[in-house]
Amino acid sequence: MTALLEVEDLRVSFRTPTGPFHAVRGVSFALGRERLGIVGESGSGKSLTGRAIMRLLPASAQLSARRLAFDGTDLLTASPRTLRGLRGARISLVMQDPKYSLNPVMRVGEQIAEAARIHGGVSARDARRKALAMLEAVRIRDPERVYRLYPHEVSGGMGQRIMIAMMLVPEPDLLIADEPTSALDVTVQMQVLAILDDLVAQRGMGLIFISHDLDLVASFCDRVLVMYAGRVVEERAARDLAAATHPYTRGLLQSLPRIDDDRAELPTLSRDPAWLEG
Amino acid sequence: MISVRDLVVTFGHGRDAVQAVRGVSFEVAEGESFGLVGESGSGKSTVLRALSGLNRSWTGRASIGGLDVAKADRRLPHLAQMVFQDPYASLHPRHTVDRALSEPLEIHGTGDVSARVEAALADVGLGPAFRFRYPNQLSGGQRQRVAIARALMLRPKVLLLDEPTSALDVSVQAEILNLLRRLRAQQRLTMILVSHNLAVVAHMCDRLAVMNRGLVVEEMDVATLRREAPREAYTRQLLLASKGYDRAVAGRMVSFD
Repeated sequence: MTALLEVEDLRVSFRTPTGPFHAVRGVSFALGRERLGIVGESGSGKSLTGRAIMRLLPASAQLSARRLAFDGTDLLTASPRTLRGLRGARISLVMQDPKYSLNPVMRVGEQIAEAARIHGGVSARDARRKALAMLEAVRIRDPERVYRLYPHEVSGGMGQRIMIAMMLVPEPDLLIADEPTSALDVTVQMQVLAILDDLVAQRGMGLIFISHDLDLVASFCDRVLVMYAGRVVEERAARDLAAATHPYTRGLLQSLPRIDDDRAELPTLSRDPAWLEG
Repeated sequence: MISVRDLVVTFGHGRDAVQAVRGVSFEVAEGESFGLVGESGSGKSTVLRALSGLNRSWTGRASIGGLDVAKADRRLPHLAQMVFQDPYASLHPRHTVDRALSEPLEIHGTGDVSARVEAALADVGLGPAFRFRYPNQLSGGQRQRVAIARALMLRPKVLLLDEPTSALDVSVQAEILNLLRRLRAQQRLTMILVSHNLAVVAHMCDRLAVMNRGLVVEEMDVATLRREAPREAYTRQLLLASKGYDRAVAGRMVSFD
């Protein structure tokens, strides 16, 4: 099976007054029809990795890679037109904060229908029907009412589900989800993850799940990349994350409080400069 | 130390009125650490904002150390202080750490400002070098330490903590939780900790109340939580969901309205 997405030696850097800042430093992985988790703390480069795949980096960023290909298409040399054809339709990105990702002056239902019409090529009438069905699928009660609301009229958790609905309605082959459920209550979070899970299992969608939540990624994904300071320091099967060997991964796991433990003091992470290269 | 009786908080008027808290009662003993757990919209932060005096339009009775919260007694800030979720939003961006920490002392006419600011910084593990920095020169964890130091400037007996670590990375969360536990022991603080994270509450609290849709679903001690033996179906589902993703469990989730 050829990989849906191939990433080899991906690098992202920014020019700063004090010299270049290397935010992503040689990330490589291949993604099939699976759930791949990328975990790390803020500043680890996990979100930039997701955006680099979409070629959605700020103009000040410099991107390089030995290979960056989606379903055989070289994303590094692809024309803006080709990229526009892929984005939204075949590769979708769910971002963390719905406040900045929804159009504030357009009804949320129409935004979902627009995605279905433009990327899915369906009629206006079918688009509306699909948008309503998708709102229901992301567990929104009374989709007819919510369809007519503006973004400022919905809660953070609902905005997040609307975003997810909008990104899923064109039925993408690859979904990059950057902390897609961190604004959601745990019960809704589980239901939304079940929708993503089913899309991977039934439609063969590839999923990159970017998160800071180790336990969630360990339980939800097939495979996990752990990022630290722009590099992948550890890769393992998600169910074996507890057996991680890199001191950074181990440190993160140990610093989490757990319901069934009564440690008085949580171990804190002492960052070893060697992790920057190892 | 803290007593809340039949607390009702309503937002909006007339047809748009929403009861965010619909009759909540609990007691917290002196020196106890009490958790308020719930999902977003459960009313847990609203309870805290009423107790801290940030929201004055509520009915029912609430007292801290025998003082009626509704009366906005001048002694209340000396008794109870609050720490907020987002350290990026709760510190004035153009005030130095020194000014943020001095302000409570100046408002309440306390002397010896300089020495107390330095002592407060040391208490939260920040050296004197941090005193004249601006928030944008601090990391998220350092900002939260400053926010905790500010809350302790008037030497209160009660700390009201609203999701104090949920905006922080897990390694930083561990540092702040350790700090709060140490301060609690050293200064014999009574705490109310609002959180959606059951593990954080299990780590920090002696007792907790679980809230849903403005009501307390149940109260339990932390041993019951650790044994995973809550009484109510709502709490059991919350506990299951917090243990990570499971397709079968997700399919059985129900909503409790």
